[in-house]
Amino acid sequence: MSLNASTSLLPVQASTSGRPLVEVEDLTVKFVSRDATVHAVNGLSFSLAPGQVLCLIGESGSGKTVTMRALMRLLPDKKTVYGGHIRVGSREILTLDKRELMETRGAEISMVFQEPMTALDPVYTVGDQIAETVTRHEGCSRGQAMARALELLKLVRVPLPEQRLKAYPHELSGGLRQRVTIAMALSCRPSLLLADEPTTALDATVQIQVLILLRKLQQEIGMSVILVTHDLGVAAQIADKVAVMYAGRIVEYGTAAEVLQHPSHPYTLGLLASTVHGRHRDRDIEAIVGSPPDMRALPPGCSFAPRCQFARPACSAASPDPVMTSTGAFTRCFRAEEVAAARPRVS
Amino acid sequence: MAIPDSAIPRPGRPKLDTVPRGDPRDRGGKAQPLLIVENLTKHFPIRTGLLNRGRGAVQAVEDVSFVIMKGETLGVVGESGCGKSTLARLLMRLIPQTSGHLIFDGDPVEAMRGVSLKEFRRNVQMVFQDSASSLNPRLPVVDSIAFGPRAHGVKKATARAGAEELLGKVGLMPDLFGGRYPHELSGGQKQRVNIARALALHPRLLILDEAVSALDKSVAAQVLNLLRYLKRHLNLTYMFISHDLGVVQYISDRILVMYLGQIVEIGPADEICGQPKHPYTRALLASQLSTDPESRIETAPISGDPPSPVSPPPGCRFHTRCEFAEAVCAAKAPAFANWSEPGSHVARCHMEDPTSGHSRARVSGQSPAYHTRAIPAE
Repeated sequence: MSLNASTSLLPVQASTSGRPLVEVEDLTVKFVSRDATVHAVNGLSFSLAPGQVLCLIGESGSGKTVTMRALMRLLPDKKTVYGGHIRVGSREILTLDKRELMETRGAEISMVFQEPMTALDPVYTVGDQIAETVTRHEGCSRGQAMARALELLKLVRVPLPEQRLKAYPHELSGGLRQRVTIAMALSCRPSLLLADEPTTALDATVQIQVLILLRKLQQEIGMSVILVTHDLGVAAQIADKVAVMYAGRIVEYGTAAEVLQHPSHPYTLGLLASTVHGRHRDRDIEAIVGSPPDMRALPPGCSFAPRCQFARPACSAASPDPVMTSTGAFTRCFRAEEVAAARPRVS
Repeated sequence: MAIPDSAIPRPGRPKLDTVPRGDPRDRGGKAQPLLIVENLTKHFPIRTGLLNRGRGAVQAVEDVSFVIMKGETLGVVGESGCGKSTLARLLMRLIPQTSGHLIFDGDPVEAMRGVSLKEFRRNVQMVFQDSASSLNPRLPVVDSIAFGPRAHGVKKATARAGAEELLGKVGLMPDLFGGRYPHELSGGQKQRVNIARALALHPRLLILDEAVSALDKSVAAQVLNLLRYLKRHLNLTYMFISHDLGVVQYISDRILVMYLGQIVEIGPADEICGQPKHPYTRALLASQLSTDPESRIETAPISGDPPSPVSPPPGCRFHTRCEFAEAVCAAKAPAFANWSEPGSHVARCHMEDPTSGHSRARVSGQSPAYHTRAIPAE
């Protein structure tokens, strides 16, 4: 269905000027416990223009989910130590008090989680759960909220939406559940949608349906999206900008085409080389050696140096600053030019 | 009774479909399949209500027949709920089947004059998806690996030495890792331990159930390389189960595609991926994501989710999502022949059967018409 019929779903644009919607500056997140301090995010900076899609790519433990939760301050307050700044729209996220946070969450920033079954409450119908968000933020009547819920289910292309409104989460398939959580996230026209591995738990044939839906909704509604994934294929399908994360830092940042077609950081290069897609059966995959670093005790210098085939002694001495590459992307590597020269022809 | 380690042939590169030279365990020769699966069916009854009466059944695996040849890797691919894992558990006899039987290297399993269950399980081992929950958290990994041989009567010292050697084979230094507990290892390391444990009894067939699905891409690539290395050096046969067609395509010689408990297509990997016959296989292939941002998929190859296996659609189980479905597809189930020919490429589809009455059914000797048709817009 077309969105022109219901302009009420267009987001309230937080900034109409040329200012980016999201600005993250030197963000650090540490988890402190008696035994150890985990440095989950170590100096992360990026900005996102309204209406753009940013993909954070990284493996487990690279800090991508922590970054997403920091953007909504969903991490446990007592154990988390933040540093740096996060601005979304006109709000300085890290200084908000509890009431302001509740106003922001769901209304201006909302999130789609990886596992749709655990993100939904099993004892309420799907319609009730969507309506709850609407009444909470917009103070409308239950009837109005249910009408809105129905409109949202149509928006996310749920077949037979009138019946599904009264369904419980367990009565829906995985793909439909994820559509419902997307509807819920969109219910208050957020200007920023965070999606944490939204398609990872879905089957391949359903994953592509949800990705296409997300892409269409993003274009129709014009919101900004930050999507976390470990799958380069997902990023290629939906991203305008791609940020590759390793050990709590962005190691490479640029447009999807620049990063995925012309990588200039050895880690991105390794990730692309270790995808099996179209690889010849008789040849080994060029896997990245070793395993990700221990976030409790990060090595000095470049965190990727111990696994890097391009590493030199200088790499372990100091952490490289982001440099601009010939293609216009940013990479944190001392030897970016050599890496770019070494990259194989990308099919 | 364990086979002495000296019986395992040393490095060499057995060619596909050839029996490893000098493997004393081989009896039937290379033409005899290592495992024949005949009409395997598993229904899980659903019991509800006060009287615990039966109320239908989940038809998890329905009349599945195929062969696994010696030395090959058979890939099994399908979506969640299609019966892949149930199939693996049936092959291991971890759950009893409703009907059907297995023949291992010529001998019926668990029959009179056949191989005993203990003997069969020594020859067929399994690696599970969740590397953490499949290891005993209270045992150092070296003891976990030695557990199987101990249960089969190997002396403690011998079993331990064998376990340490295996740790080395899967790329973990025995001195450094042998004494560790599972929580002290990363996901990739745990999966290596699981592989070592599965190899401890010198099996001939290894069933890998989503063995790399829970791992990060870079670690999964390492484990896939390890699996290929071990297969060459230990004369193994793999059944590799995954939902990820890309991985299956990479590692398999032949591929078996499952949908709602049934085999819909089976054949050599290159043919399945190059000239798929079944519309479902084509949809799976078209759903693979390229890493090229320029080649984005604009319309989904098929819509909707798979139906529930409690009440599968009548006739062809795929007809509810198939763009070529006709009246005949809902009326009767397509035939599925030739499954026991290892080189054949067959699909369970009316369009493959010239006599089915489907308007797109292929004429004998010709490829069916749908190969040339573009996927219609949404």
